[in-house]
Amino acid sequence: MSVRGSGVDEVVGCLPLKLVVGYRSVDSGGYLGSIMLVMDSRFTQQELPACKPILTPRWVISAFMLVSIVFIPIGLASLFASRDVVEIIDRYETDCIPQALRNDKVKYIQGPEDKTCNRTLRVPKRMKQPIYVYYQLDNFYQNHRRYVKSRSDKQLKDPKSENDVSACKPEDATPPGSNPIVPCGLIAWSMFNDTYSFSRNSEQLPLNKKGISWKSDRQHKFGKEVFPKNFQNGTLIGGAHLNSSIPLSEQEDLIVWMRTAALPTFRKLYGKIEVDLQANESIEVQLKNYYNTYSFNGKKKLVLSTTSWLGGKNDFIGIAYLSVGGLCFVLAMAFTIIYLVKPRRLGDPSYLSWNRNP
Amino acid sequence: MRGGMGKGIHFSKLYTFSCFRSKFEDEHGQLGQRGYSRIVFCNDPDNPEAVQLKYRGNYVSTTKYTALNFIPKSLFEQFRRVANLYFLVVACVSFSPLAPYTAVSVLAPLLMVIGATMAKEGVEDWRRRKQDIEANNRKVEVYGKNHVFNETRWKNLRVGDLVKIYKDEYFPADLLLLSSSYEDGICYVETMNLDGETNLKLKHALDETASLRDVRSFQNFKSTIKCEDPNEHLYSFVGTLYYGGQHHPLSLQQILLRDSKLRNTDYIYGVVVFTGHDTKVMQNATDPPSKRSRIERRMDKIIYILFSTLILISLTGSMFFGVDTKNDIRGGELKRWYLRPDKTTVFFDPKRASLAAFFHFLTGLMLYGYLIPISLYVSIEVVKVLQSIFINQDRDMYYEETDKPARARTSDLNEELGQVDTILSDKTGTLTCNSMEFVKCSIAGVAYGRGMTEVERALAKRKRSRPHEVTDSSSDLPECNDHVVDSGKPVKGFNFRDERVTNGNWVNEPHSDLIQKFFRVLAICHTAIPDVRKESGEISYEAESPDEAAFVIAARELGFEFFERTQTSISLHELDHESGRKVNRSYTLLHVLEFSSARKRMSVIVKNAENQLLLLCKGADSVMFERLSKDGRLFLAKTMDHLNKYAEAGLRTLVVAYRELSEQEYKSWEEEFLPAKTSVSAARDALIDAACDKIERDLILLGVTAVEDKLQKGVPECIDKLSKAGIKIWVLTGDKMETAINIGHACSLLTKGMKQIVITLDSPDISDLEKQGDKEAIQKASRESIAKQIGEAKAQIIARKESSVTFGLIIDGMSLDFALTKSLESSFLEVAVNCASVICCRSSPKQKARVTKLVKVGTGKTTLAIGDGANDVGMLQEADIGVGISGVEGMQAVMSSDFAIAQFRFLERLLLVHGHWCYRRITMMICYFFYKNITFGFTLFWFEAHASFSGQPAYNDWYMSFYNVFFTSLPVIALGVFDQDVSARLCLKHPLLYQEGVQNILFTWHRILSWMLNGVISSMIIFFFITNSIVNQAFRRDGHLVDYEVLGVTMYTCVVWAVNCQMALSINYFTWIQHFFIWGSIAFWYTFLVIYGALPLKVSTTAYQVFVEACAPSPFYWLATLLVVVSTLLPYFAYRSFQTRFKPMYHDIIQRRRSEGSEAEVSAELPVRVKEKIDHLKERLKHRES
Repeated sequence: MSVRGSGVDEVVGCLPLKLVVGYRSVDSGGYLGSIMLVMDSRFTQQELPACKPILTPRWVISAFMLVSIVFIPIGLASLFASRDVVEIIDRYETDCIPQALRNDKVKYIQGPEDKTCNRTLRVPKRMKQPIYVYYQLDNFYQNHRRYVKSRSDKQLKDPKSENDVSACKPEDATPPGSNPIVPCGLIAWSMFNDTYSFSRNSEQLPLNKKGISWKSDRQHKFGKEVFPKNFQNGTLIGGAHLNSSIPLSEQEDLIVWMRTAALPTFRKLYGKIEVDLQANESIEVQLKNYYNTYSFNGKKKLVLSTTSWLGGKNDFIGIAYLSVGGLCFVLAMAFTIIYLVKPRRLGDPSYLSWNRNP
Repeated sequence: MRGGMGKGIHFSKLYTFSCFRSKFEDEHGQLGQRGYSRIVFCNDPDNPEAVQLKYRGNYVSTTKYTALNFIPKSLFEQFRRVANLYFLVVACVSFSPLAPYTAVSVLAPLLMVIGATMAKEGVEDWRRRKQDIEANNRKVEVYGKNHVFNETRWKNLRVGDLVKIYKDEYFPADLLLLSSSYEDGICYVETMNLDGETNLKLKHALDETASLRDVRSFQNFKSTIKCEDPNEHLYSFVGTLYYGGQHHPLSLQQILLRDSKLRNTDYIYGVVVFTGHDTKVMQNATDPPSKRSRIERRMDKIIYILFSTLILISLTGSMFFGVDTKNDIRGGELKRWYLRPDKTTVFFDPKRASLAAFFHFLTGLMLYGYLIPISLYVSIEVVKVLQSIFINQDRDMYYEETDKPARARTSDLNEELGQVDTILSDKTGTLTCNSMEFVKCSIAGVAYGRGMTEVERALAKRKRSRPHEVTDSSSDLPECNDHVVDSGKPVKGFNFRDERVTNGNWVNEPHSDLIQKFFRVLAICHTAIPDVRKESGEISYEAESPDEAAFVIAARELGFEFFERTQTSISLHELDHESGRKVNRSYTLLHVLEFSSARKRMSVIVKNAENQLLLLCKGADSVMFERLSKDGRLFLAKTMDHLNKYAEAGLRTLVVAYRELSEQEYKSWEEEFLPAKTSVSAARDALIDAACDKIERDLILLGVTAVEDKLQKGVPECIDKLSKAGIKIWVLTGDKMETAINIGHACSLLTKGMKQIVITLDSPDISDLEKQGDKEAIQKASRESIAKQIGEAKAQIIARKESSVTFGLIIDGMSLDFALTKSLESSFLEVAVNCASVICCRSSPKQKARVTKLVKVGTGKTTLAIGDGANDVGMLQEADIGVGISGVEGMQAVMSSDFAIAQFRFLERLLLVHGHWCYRRITMMICYFFYKNITFGFTLFWFEAHASFSGQPAYNDWYMSFYNVFFTSLPVIALGVFDQDVSARLCLKHPLLYQEGVQNILFTWHRILSWMLNGVISSMIIFFFITNSIVNQAFRRDGHLVDYEVLGVTMYTCVVWAVNCQMALSINYFTWIQHFFIWGSIAFWYTFLVIYGALPLKVSTTAYQVFVEACAPSPFYWLATLLVVVSTLLPYFAYRSFQTRFKPMYHDIIQRRRSEGSEAEVSAELPVRVKEKIDHLKERLKHRES
């Protein structure tokens, strides 16, 4: 590399300055020449070794083939995984209201009647433990901006900041302005409170409610010394009540609920059944239908599902992989055929004219 | 002819200062009035009256900012950009509860972007400040109260101070020259820093003050100067000196301008007239007209489109939001009770749903602000600066001879270089070297000199089919061996070979007395200054134009050595042909009748040793022939014949004549001339011209000189390449039509098969009318004639449109004047654009600028003007791109240009390689920028649509803020700086590739909108594929579900992957830099995710442990990423595959050819390397030998 001219710090001096007449250093006679330097390196001459990929037919076909070769097996694998999963879905929000009261569901749910409802689920295929129990809500905007923000992370973690409720309005204190609510905010206030208990052949199925929340939530987000206070003491009761003698870090239902869902249709983990269920078995569910989704026409579903290596039951990803893989295969074939039937050199000089698009 | 005359260049410069002449009217009469009210008390700056005037000090500051106003002023500059202002407003509003995210996360990137730009401004300004400090603290000697000269700093100078400047020092302010070390009060000045001219200018003091050469004489020196107020006219000065009870008019001759340098004079005394910012050079320091590239203008439109999109989707969102919110309470019943619509803020209040919707609209504007790329301007600026560095650094545009690399003086126009449709070129100094060589002359009807010019060679080449027809115009004698004559070493500016004249042989020629006179005229009639080297005794000349230098050098080489000039005399060493010895001959210089563009001639009146009064004159043929006396026309016919031959050969010709004056005649003329010269009225110039006219007549013709203006190296090849690239080239020159046409042939502008259309007023009818002198009739007839000629040309072009005949248009200056009038303008343009090349000859600087404007406005295409002289400044500034050639004619053109190159041939590389690349890079960069921001912005929109349009962003605040700054910006910059579709060599090999830029096919609306559509499609694929594949069911074996936080991270991961891979797909040129940036950006996202997620909950909020705990262990997360990324790339990839197969773009074809013919390329490249090696070895060998 040869360097002509003077100091390196002056390179920047040749950046465009818009001043027409300024001062040049007295010593530099021809100021243009002496402040410039031309470095003769592959970098400055823009001649770095480079790979220059271009879309030759071979490249195009191999790229498409590669995608289809990778995607089709993945698609099949995930489709099989999804098919392996056994899922029982029971929609109950209408069925659990006595026929007579279905005209005004909201009135029923807000009323004092007994909300017990018995359901029977049939196991279609053998379900290996653990069987996850979910509830699914529809048309419930847990991702609404007002809702998402209505919580106090500080208060949940630290007993000293129980007064940190500014974000929680109107569920910040009861009566407003005096005793702070712990946990405050709309999310906690509107906590889901339907309960399920399962029995098989009149024999209670144990439901494990431990470990249904994220570990980091239990350990870091919800304090071990924070206990519910003034919760659901207001005039309007939202959802579940909390046992004020159990610290928040152990209130896993709350922790699960407080992780706001991404979309208006969502499932949340309720518990785990840790015994295998056999095919064609009947499971009785005793269900307390407390939660009001009727005001906003929300569906409620109870879901029992096993998991595969991949997760829950979802054919979409498998189908998507297969479709994309298939599409790429078709494209690869199409290009191969084009290439075989009508091979044309792309570098055909007859293209070298601008006349074709004047 | 412009050159060849003493003041030629100066006067032509005046054109660049428009409305200069009108200001000059009655100048001296206006003294004391408005604009002419400055009073300077010489040598008495402490005079109470002077103090009262409060003139500014000599402190100079060229900085844009001061320490105090830097922050506010630069901030103001920043927020003049609409986009920045938008972001500022957003940042301010984000402190309100309207904001969908925290205020800091908006403010941080904005501050970063603005901080970066401000830092750049600051550094540039600091550099200027350092120069200021250096200049302000230079030392100068000032006459103090103690009656001696004391040293002080420049900044302490005051108006009226008396200063002493020594040789090779700069003048600290604009000074009035009082006296110098020379008795007659002259001094020499170098004005490099003002106009870049390296030649010396002569200044002389008034006779009345020239005697003040002693320190003691200043004790009682008191006088007053009344003069014009500070102004920017470098070439004018109006003032009067009141000294000794008398008025003495002052002119520019007595003014020494700041920043010029004293040369060849031991010292001078001067009075400070203008200080600091009042000096003419500082008044001149203005920004050049700012030019914006076409791409940037279109980019603005795209930003407007995006703004509209932004408003549109915000509106849609707020409408839905309004409806949803209103429905929250229906008939007194709470619908979405979990939102507590009964107890809420105004932003979500169902009772005031329309107000809430309005506020939501504002929120939406903030949320979708990501559609407008905050870093776009900064990135583009960075990219352009780096591009200019590459231009500056290009080895192949570096001119070793003058040590000048190419220089991008502005970085704003890089991509415009790739779109040039028409090049308007100056001829002299641009196509030609502007180093004049005296090659031929015709004296007393005999042609001398047998060199062959380049143009003649080209002519010969053209006429090769008819060999021997072209003969050297001087070969009256049988050809003799050139080598015999060419014995001496080559002299710069002299290429005259004729043994009949050289070595003193002219004495034996038939008209030796005339030959002697001829060369005497050349040696005396000029304004050059000799510079004798003491050691060698060699003489070099400081002339104001290369033509003049060529004459003096020619005279010297032929035995008439000019060696000394004083105010009143010129001395020559002459070869006495009787004794054969050199004798000194001195001529008393009585008057110099200076050159002006109107007069087209210059004369000197001298008295020789024999007391003979002589008027020596040289000038353009058009004015000279009519001034010949009856006796002087002896050789007229032959001379004219030679003159035409010379002009045909592309030579610049001047007619040389003289006359003897009788004492009486001279006396009576001088009586008339002196008052004219000293008059101060407005009509001074006219009076002088009239007086000169009276004596410059009845001349006796001596002969004609012919000077060759050599074509620069590589010009024909370069022009050939450029026209192959589809660029039209217009030559605008001051030369004669014949010369211009021949130069046109020589540099392959005009080709053999071309049909020439000539538009001229040189017809018999017009000249008849001219003789009658009826100006109006001439005007009318001329206009009609031009209109007719243009009409004919049009018809001709239309008639041959189908055939492949190309046309070349040649038009002269006079006709151009008429063609540029309103009525003819459009038809002239129509004819001109249909011609492959256009030559405008005899055009003035103003016409050049007008033609440029006509082409620019008329065609709406990009024009590039290239020139080297001050007369091209107007043209350079008018054109879309001005390219200055840093040649011999000074720096004026370069100073007003956008790009400076050392040689015309570098234009080829500048346009075809750098222009093409920069155009491609910038357009791709902008398209991609919009793509990536739309992809990102629309995922936000889809999510919001699923969040009841409540304005909840899908991502964590900091993910969003860093999107444009860290995760996606560096690869775009790499694309903008480094991408190459094809190598430089192939760019030059296939000049047609350049048309991609001219036709702007990489930045059509179609293409831009396609990229945007691609962005929308990508965002849809990302959002819908992800929500459908991972939300709802357990996304891990342990039954956990995707929540808001996990969805955000997954989508964001896909966005980062998708846009970076899209970049990888659209890049043509992968060096380690691209790999590093692209894969580095993706890697950085994961790193960021881990580090940010590990921070305490208070900082990381929703990002806390998301990746490590939730996403990474989930196979769904990885599978979805792969699926989405491949699917987003698929549309573009498939489109490109089909396009390269069925409708390949030009660069696709070349790329294909490159890869197919890779073996051929290797073999072609190999010799280059081998050659380099051989050259290297040779050099080493040389070193060893010496």
